[in-house]
Amino acid sequence: MVGSGKYTAAMGFRPEPPGSQPPYFHEAYRCTVKRAPLQPLVPIPQTLSEITGPTCDWPRLMGSAIADLTAGFKGEPLGERIVVSGRVLDEDGRPVRRTMIEIWQANSAGRYVHESDQHPAPLDPNFTGAGRVETDDDGNYRVMTVKPGAYPWRNHDNAWRPAHIHFSLFGPGFGTRLVTQMYFPGDPLIEIDPIANSVGPDVRARLISRFDLATTLPEFALGYRFDFVLRGRLATPMEHAR
Amino acid sequence: MSEGLPLTPSQTAGPFFGFALPYASGQTLVAPDTRGERIAIHGIVRDADGFGVSDALIEIWQANATGRYAHADDDRSEIALDPAFIGFGRCPTDLEGRYRFTTIRPGRVPGPDGAAQAPHVTVSVFARGLLKRLATRIYFSDETVNEDDAILAMVDPARRSTLIASREGAEPSYRFDIVLQGDGETVFFAY
Repeated sequence: MVGSGKYTAAMGFRPEPPGSQPPYFHEAYRCTVKRAPLQPLVPIPQTLSEITGPTCDWPRLMGSAIADLTAGFKGEPLGERIVVSGRVLDEDGRPVRRTMIEIWQANSAGRYVHESDQHPAPLDPNFTGAGRVETDDDGNYRVMTVKPGAYPWRNHDNAWRPAHIHFSLFGPGFGTRLVTQMYFPGDPLIEIDPIANSVGPDVRARLISRFDLATTLPEFALGYRFDFVLRGRLATPMEHAR
Repeated sequence: MSEGLPLTPSQTAGPFFGFALPYASGQTLVAPDTRGERIAIHGIVRDADGFGVSDALIEIWQANATGRYAHADDDRSEIALDPAFIGFGRCPTDLEGRYRFTTIRPGRVPGPDGAAQAPHVTVSVFARGLLKRLATRIYFSDETVNEDDAILAMVDPARRSTLIASREGAEPSYRFDIVLQGDGETVFFAY
């Protein structure tokens, strides 16, 4: 028995427009060369397996939220305190409610709390750089952290990653899963970064946050806005219009 | 159709997610009162040279033992939900590229034509060097209904075996290696 229900193919997610996503093979980012699949992806229709995905029970799965990455330590983290906030929307501008956003980043000196990060910059005993928050009923999220530092990597001679924060999002189904990076406005390293430039300049611009005075907390923290747009539905059944 | 807000592009998870994304129960999808047959799914993620990929993250999503997803869009109320099963798992690979999940054998869910799909688990792969998620599926070698599965039927028969986890032992345990590139490259899907 597989039962019946409202599921139809029209509940699936719209195809990603050409050029909206990076390729797998991108020679300038060297470690794609041995890891990118060379066979073409096999297109399949979206079934319930692709349309559904984890959408609730987040604390039961992962533990409680960590919206303030500067809290819970003996002292204050070093660096420039920032607030990052924004919304998670679909392509039709509808908020993605109660979805999980996970974040991770280097500290203000550009060092990760990770054994394989051997960059000779100091660890900060008052900063780890990992958090997770659920969006509210309007798709809003907000995290408090410090601005991560740029750091060197071995992709090519004198290679440096622009300052960035990693974000992981789920959205309404397995087909909307997204892991990405947010960059900061005015960073000269963005233009020469092979990862940021795995997409064209217009698409790359969607990865750069916007400084926002209204988000800035007086005498405390600079504010940045960054919205996410996940795939919308092929059709809009009433259940999703809400 | 695709007018509207522009999508946020994917970027690689990079090598440094290990202190942030793994969580305590990520590899264990079952609780003591979860209904269904316990199975293990394990394997190695390999690159084009056959080396284990030590900085990959595997995520799985599956229906419960009777074939219902814990999701509002699966409203087939005649099939029971299992309050002790969510169906999502996450496992980082170890230094040799290995991952392992303990879960239950998923039930069958409807396919594109309404006919039942063979039991399967949907999979995402993230890693340094992957600019976006790779999507695949795990099927089970001891399921005779694989030959009727509409999705498997869309795959070149010569490559179909890359989607089928091989049963080992009585527990049972299923071996599913993920080859990112080269000989025996795993079939990855676009949807």
